Amino acid sequence: MQVISTVREPLITGGKTIKDVTEDICKQVEGAPSKSWIAAFGLSFLLLAVGGAFLGDLFWTGIGRWGLNKTVNWAWDITNFVWWVGIGHAGTLISAVLLLFRQKWRTSINRAAEAMTIFAVFCAGSFILMHVGRTWLAYWCLPLPNTYGSLWVNFNSPLVWDVFAISTYLSVSLVFWFIGLIPDLATIRDRATGAVSRFIYGMLSLGWDGSTKSWMHYEAVSLVLAGLSTPLVLSVHTIVSMDFATSVIPGWHTTIFPPYFVAGAIFSGFAMVLTLMLVVRKVYKLEDYVTMEHIEMMNIIIIVTGSIVGIAYTTEFFIAWYSQVPYEQYAFLNRMTGPYWWAYWAMMTCNVISPQLFWFKKIRTSLMMTFVLSIVVNIGMWFERFVIIVTSLHRDYLPSSWVMFSPTLWDIMCYAFSFGLFFTFFFLFAKYFPVINMAEVKAVWKDSNPKVYKARRTISNDWIPENERVEEVVH
Amino acid sequence: MKSEHSHHTDHNLDERFVFSDGVRKTIFIILGLGVVFFAIGIAMLALGGSGHDAHALAFSGGESGSVDSGHHGYHWTNRLVVNFWHNNIYFVGITIVGVFFVALQYAAHAGWGVLVKRIPEAFGGFLPIIGGLILLVFVVDAFVGNHVLFHWVDPSLYIENTPNYDPIIAGKQAFLNTPFFIIRMLLFLGGWYAFYLAIRKNSLLEDLEKHTTSKYFWKIKTISTLFIIFFALSSSMSAWDWVLSIDTHWFSTMFGWYVFASWFVTGAATITLGVIFLKEMGYLKSVTESHLHDLGKFVFAFSVFWTYIWFSQFLLIYYANIPEETAYYLERLSSDYYSKFFFVNIFLNFFFPFLSLMTRDAKRKVGILKFVCMVVMFGHWLDFYLMITPGTLKENGGFGFLEIGLAMIYLALFTFVVAKNLAKSPLIAKNHPMLEESLNHHI
Repeated sequence: MQVISTVREPLITGGKTIKDVTEDICKQVEGAPSKSWIAAFGLSFLLLAVGGAFLGDLFWTGIGRWGLNKTVNWAWDITNFVWWVGIGHAGTLISAVLLLFRQKWRTSINRAAEAMTIFAVFCAGSFILMHVGRTWLAYWCLPLPNTYGSLWVNFNSPLVWDVFAISTYLSVSLVFWFIGLIPDLATIRDRATGAVSRFIYGMLSLGWDGSTKSWMHYEAVSLVLAGLSTPLVLSVHTIVSMDFATSVIPGWHTTIFPPYFVAGAIFSGFAMVLTLMLVVRKVYKLEDYVTMEHIEMMNIIIIVTGSIVGIAYTTEFFIAWYSQVPYEQYAFLNRMTGPYWWAYWAMMTCNVISPQLFWFKKIRTSLMMTFVLSIVVNIGMWFERFVIIVTSLHRDYLPSSWVMFSPTLWDIMCYAFSFGLFFTFFFLFAKYFPVINMAEVKAVWKDSNPKVYKARRTISNDWIPENERVEEVVH
Repeated sequence: MKSEHSHHTDHNLDERFVFSDGVRKTIFIILGLGVVFFAIGIAMLALGGSGHDAHALAFSGGESGSVDSGHHGYHWTNRLVVNFWHNNIYFVGITIVGVFFVALQYAAHAGWGVLVKRIPEAFGGFLPIIGGLILLVFVVDAFVGNHVLFHWVDPSLYIENTPNYDPIIAGKQAFLNTPFFIIRMLLFLGGWYAFYLAIRKNSLLEDLEKHTTSKYFWKIKTISTLFIIFFALSSSMSAWDWVLSIDTHWFSTMFGWYVFASWFVTGAATITLGVIFLKEMGYLKSVTESHLHDLGKFVFAFSVFWTYIWFSQFLLIYYANIPEETAYYLERLSSDYYSKFFFVNIFLNFFFPFLSLMTRDAKRKVGILKFVCMVVMFGHWLDFYLMITPGTLKENGGFGFLEIGLAMIYLALFTFVVAKNLAKSPLIAKNHPMLEESLNHHI
């Protein structure tokens, strides 16, 4: 038996029944696409197409189209890659790590967050494919049998570790997400009135019959995948950080990078989940499932991870001074006061200073402020990667190689392409898949329904303190 | 019907820990043995038969530390000072992690641990003593002693155009100078103690209420959050001060979190052991396998976390192979004496807890949990040995009666103070609003 304390907020509000859960979530999938959905999807697809045209030109002509030069040989490409892969941490973190921490509020947001994760990793992967230059030979990153001459990957390179880390992460996340979808897809299949949707959702739900045996297998697989995902989600950004930190470039080589990158990834991932969920809950009227409590929890995670990132920035700065290594000292001073000072301060303001506003309950429970700050955080996290990559590279050891980086239209449009890709997938997901995990929400429903909640409380202890009696009724 | 909780359940919520003669006897036996070992250790060192003649001989002429060669020469008392410092750092970690653990429970709204929270809470009572010892050992070594612990306290390093001048250390003077160091020390220790007192006071006030109340819960939650912010900054900075600056030239941005990870997992193991010992004495009947399972998960997860931090720091320094940074690992790995500790450290703190606590069953069996927690406590004690000894004693480090004896003395002292503190309040926070969750915790 489980007891839920009165100091906990309910997970679902509005006195929803189990039937309501199915109804509220399925109706978005079953209904005809709304005009606003068609407009949003059309816009995303347009962005994908226009960005795709520039990308095609980049493939045809070569990455000389980008603003890279001999000194700054990584810039927006890798910035965008790290930014997207960072965003792609929240889903698995919510599903796997919050599961381990028994955070039940995750059930309302894990589905959309996982989908977002997968699409973000697609976008990240697209930059890896772009930046190799000859994308059609990208499979050379894999250790294939050596029939092409002296071709073999360098296992000493963290870039190769990254290929494995990200492809494994993507595969496991995809399987995890899909397995989680099966019972819900079966619900939609069973409710479907048209032959086409019954056929498609029937195929997708893999013959799910809802028997005890099926649930048993389902639970076992979920647990195994959660166990696999937890080290994976941490390893991905750890290895991304090692792309930089194993080098000897001042500003890149710092031992705090692995945990600090992971914290930053969670930070930006949660910000993106908030940006998307705030829109989805409004448009789909899911305010009783993604409640203020959910938003506040995510905002708290943003304060914690934002502060960790802030401490890491400060630690790097301090240790650079403390090390008395002139190169280190210069690299960090140059970040703050050099020609890229604006990028540095954009990063500091967006990542460290503005999330501190969430310490105020009024702000972290304000939808508008949360929405604005979630976007601010993602701008800040883009600048963080830009600062790390470009400011560390643009000052070479030889002053004759000192340059600035300026993006070309292709840099900008390839970034736009990734947004097109992301939102095209996300809008498709939001229309044709249940955005909230119905099965899991139903599983926590008992813990949050105010009526059941009160009755359960009396099982173990029928005495309710006087000052809390009134509050109980209000819930 | 009115105010009695226990009335409805089989739980004894009013139980108190009695610091019995039996418990005292056990502690005094550990203390007595520790003193004997310590005395033997000192006698062996003072009489020159420490068993480390080979090391000592390598430093010819260092046997009696004259005023001139001060911190350069090796005298057996150096080993004594380093031992005190090693145990100071190790035990202050366990102590403050106790308070931090309680704060985390409140800040994270965690209900499962209410039944056991008085145990880590009691750790805080050791703060004044361990804090005093830290201050005392530092002051003695810096002002009276041989500058064994911190090379940088030597004023001659900062005088330009003299043979002792060290431009790197001189560059760090704005941070590494004795007055500022002591101010920071007082700030961290004082701040930790103040937060502990605030949490403890409100926790005990809650007990005096007639029935369950959330008033103190929210108050402690606020204090806990503030403490976590303070601790996030002060734990890293204290690690820079008290441990990193021993190898004065060396630096690593990860180091603060590395020390924190080591402290935290040791604290989690100590809390788990405390709960197990109390259960074995017949207390905490309401604590079930589920609670132990959760504590075991902390020990398991943070052993992995420590390894993650350890590995990341090592790999990045090894890979980049920059001489300023590799110096730290060379000092340990290329030493005939320390290299074995280096590998034992990884085994005891990663492979052993990882493999033995992997299964669900292992985390729910008192016997296994007890043994693993003891190993983890010892393993991290060695981890701190490996952080502190090479930089201070160089190749004169030793491991014998002195080390084991002093650790036992500290352990007895810690246990005595914590047990005494624990006996002052009821074992269970009976008015905690999440107590019911903890009593009905099943996983």
